[in-house]
Amino acid sequence: MEKSYLNMDLLRFTTAGSVDDGKSTLIGRLLYDSKSIFEDQMEAIQQVSDRKGEEHVNLALLTDGLRDEREQGITIDVAYRYFATPQRKFIIADTPGHIQYTRNMVTGASTANLAIILIDARHGIVEQTKRHSFIASLLGIPHIVYCINKMDLVDYSQEVYNTLVDDLEDFSAKLETKDVRFIPISALKGDNVVHRSEKMGWFEGATLMHTLETVHIASDHNHIDCRFPIQNVIRPQTTEHHDYRGYAGRIAGGVFKKGDAVMVLPSGFTSKIKSIDTFDGEIDEAFAPMSVTMTLEDDIDISRGDMIVRENNKPEVSQDIEAMICWMGDSPLKEKGKYALKHTSKDARCMVKEIKYKVDINTLHRNEADKVISSNDVARVTLRTTSPLFIDQYGRNRNTGSLILIDEATNNTVGAGMII
Amino acid sequence: MGSYNLTHLKELESEAIFVIREVVAQFENPVLLFSGGKDSIVCYHLARKAFYPAKVPFPLMHVDTGHNFPETIQFRDKLIEETGARLIVGSVQQSIDEGKSTEEKGVNASRNKLQTVTLLDAIEANKFDCAMGGARRDEEKARAKERFFSHRDDFGQWDPKNQRPELWNTFNGKKNMGEHFRVFPISNWTEMDIWQYILAEKIDIPSIYFSHTRDCFVRDGVIMGKTDFVETKDTEEVQPMVVRFRTIGDATCTGAVASTAATLEEIIEEVASTRVTERGGRSDDKRSEAAMEDRKKEGYF
Repeated sequence: MEKSYLNMDLLRFTTAGSVDDGKSTLIGRLLYDSKSIFEDQMEAIQQVSDRKGEEHVNLALLTDGLRDEREQGITIDVAYRYFATPQRKFIIADTPGHIQYTRNMVTGASTANLAIILIDARHGIVEQTKRHSFIASLLGIPHIVYCINKMDLVDYSQEVYNTLVDDLEDFSAKLETKDVRFIPISALKGDNVVHRSEKMGWFEGATLMHTLETVHIASDHNHIDCRFPIQNVIRPQTTEHHDYRGYAGRIAGGVFKKGDAVMVLPSGFTSKIKSIDTFDGEIDEAFAPMSVTMTLEDDIDISRGDMIVRENNKPEVSQDIEAMICWMGDSPLKEKGKYALKHTSKDARCMVKEIKYKVDINTLHRNEADKVISSNDVARVTLRTTSPLFIDQYGRNRNTGSLILIDEATNNTVGAGMII
Repeated sequence: MGSYNLTHLKELESEAIFVIREVVAQFENPVLLFSGGKDSIVCYHLARKAFYPAKVPFPLMHVDTGHNFPETIQFRDKLIEETGARLIVGSVQQSIDEGKSTEEKGVNASRNKLQTVTLLDAIEANKFDCAMGGARRDEEKARAKERFFSHRDDFGQWDPKNQRPELWNTFNGKKNMGEHFRVFPISNWTEMDIWQYILAEKIDIPSIYFSHTRDCFVRDGVIMGKTDFVETKDTEEVQPMVVRFRTIGDATCTGAVASTAATLEEIIEEVASTRVTERGGRSDDKRSEAAMEDRKKEGYF
């Protein structure tokens, strides 16, 4: 049964691959075959390709949006692309393959349900495959799809594919990601991207598009541990809603129901949910990632940065945070350095108590001797915060398990932290 | 679909409400840019949802080129009156009168670019530290790289190569005195999402989005509405045509499309089968390949 737009859902995915592995071609193929490239866009890039004397229409021009990028033929920044099929709407975070690679891929991966990692069938697993896989795993992307691309250049050989899958299975067993899939494709010729390949009758799995349309994403959110970080307090101060005091926020985990007994952190006061309000009326239950407003039975002093949870299932409340940090600052991460920190709706400051080790993101090797953490490095650190955070492990909840560090002199976001 | 799964429209709505609430929490004096077009109408609708049952805690600001379709202004004033919003109007005419902007000349003259001066002046005069807008990443390729929270220096400029990384849904609105932010709550929406949402939420929009008969002429392959602000060349024949508008910008540079779509359902069907982007009818984007990027760097929305 074809779904109507009223019950389509949303899949966010990221694409990773090394230079010349056909990433732009694959994205172009997905957009083109799903009729998401418009005539005027196609015309515009056709003209540019012609002017440059290029033989094929250069689909990379669709994704390279800035003048410098087109002039230099490089991608500088994460670009977001959109397409939809009758089943789903898709958001692609398209990240560049070389410059600032880690920083950009981490950014794109932070909100993704799924990562597509491209591998050139002729070259097999290369250093960048490992790096991309590690970042996808570190950022907790629930699903990884390895696309073995350029199968047309290896005569659509089942043997080449099988050998590669064996290698990838060995390698990916070390990752946190549980759902790992493999698809042999040719992005250029279109095999197994949207349409089944006639050349690879031996492949019994789903095409990439079918996989994207059907992969189960309902359980990607945590629906077990109730977490409601308060963004704003809603006080209408009108005659009609004279005593109304609502707590606005986006559910970060679990299912909250009207009448539930809840606890407010950090105060520890307990109360019951009086109502869950929306503009469209009261609702009986709310779950991640819904934005709602809650009222409580008791008058408790609650403000932004507080969190409503269940008494029998609390997050850890701590000022000592163990985390993996992906560093993005221009100057290196400073041991004993002080940074501003954001965690859910809470602002704090922190000191980097200890840099424990640097991770070689190509080999996953821990280097305890090298503590110079520069831009695009990943390190294990201990932070001491000025006030307690209400934390979960990143692997359990990407909302309450993540934080960002901010340089207090420049106000730039310089670190992405995954709480261990 | 599982019971704990949101539809794509509900997820986009929740994301936008979250972003608008972050703006109110992180900034002292935000404003919502309101053109009277469908994207800004949806943004205002989302803002009302975000703070219900309280009123929207920030004003709307219309950067008025003076070259409007009358239907847009009537619609704007009715919406403001019905919902009790606060409206600020920044006038491009006034910027010209005060000598801050110079009117373009010739048949292709447009005040579209002049909006930037008026916008930056109004932000400074009202001491706004954050201007929310209804821009979407699918509109134009330079916008595909825009952040939800976009930092502007004290000249209001955008530096696309030096944007802050934006991770998860943790938005960093920290800034120095004199700087401000542009925030785009509906970044992840497409034209189709907007129409579907307008239908699902029964949101009122100006009548010129629906098919109607209007005096038009054709310039560079684009159908333009005949207004008092546009000079026509001798070769351009003005005649009644059955059209609708896909975007509502300055009347001097916003093209119409030939269309008989008179209901939201018909518009959605038309958008689904159309083969040209909605900004394809805007001559302001056609000025050069990087037209949007250049305007954005200077401080355009």
